[in-house]
Amino acid sequence: MNLSGEFFAFLIFSLMAIGGAVFMISFTRVVHMALAMAFTFLSLAGMYVLLNAEFVAVVQVLIYTGAVTILMLFGIMLTRHRDEEREDGRRWHRLLSFVGVTAFGLILLLTIWRLPFPESEADPASYTVQRLGEIVFRHYVIPFELTSVLLLVALVGAVILAKREGQS
Amino acid sequence: MPATSYLALAAILFCIGLYGVLTKRNAVIVLFSIELMLNAANLNLVAFSKFGLHADISGQIFSLFSITVAAAEAAVGIAILIALYRRRQTVDVDRFDTMRG
Repeated sequence: MNLSGEFFAFLIFSLMAIGGAVFMISFTRVVHMALAMAFTFLSLAGMYVLLNAEFVAVVQVLIYTGAVTILMLFGIMLTRHRDEEREDGRRWHRLLSFVGVTAFGLILLLTIWRLPFPESEADPASYTVQRLGEIVFRHYVIPFELTSVLLLVALVGAVILAKREGQS
Repeated sequence: MPATSYLALAAILFCIGLYGVLTKRNAVIVLFSIELMLNAANLNLVAFSKFGLHADISGQIFSLFSITVAAAEAAVGIAILIALYRRRQTVDVDRFDTMRG
């Protein structure tokens, strides 16, 4: 294993991502969980930069660490957020979940480990934002328009759902 | 870095998110865990746009679409949660059991 800068960057970003996720699971205050999650999203953006996906990294920072985290914070503040996670009488449930998820994760990791993976790597010089835009607006233009319709429907639906019902 | 390390990281994040979905009681945190699982899938898509036999930039475009859909899902989820909270005065997922048989 060569100790290149990419290796160290991957190590730091993966530690940040997994650490944020584990803290999210183990914190008891809901707001702290949201902040830990924002940390994980941010380190995943760094991971995208390592994978030559700069535009996706910027979108990740804008959408996830910006919009989704703030939206969730609004959701937390508008509902009852002073509660802490209680631990009452669900020990068997937690234990069963832990065992099941661990078994699933081990199977997944073992499969990935044994996967005969080709060492080929794409040429990162061709991964420019210009090429990304060309492909989106030529080859994937219909999914792009469908996505805009979906966003409009979600916007209207969210407003109608969250609106206070009439004074009846 | 080999591709397997990125795939392993995505698998670990997915498992943490799955554990959160299964054990957390606050509905906002359950939504957060779902977002974490979606992020793990996105990491796989972007990794396969760089590595593999047919490495192509389409993987990044797929992840862009998936981020868009995830944002819409989060907005609608929070709206449903606020409507439910207004009606039931709780965000505990165990208490939303009206449809239990």
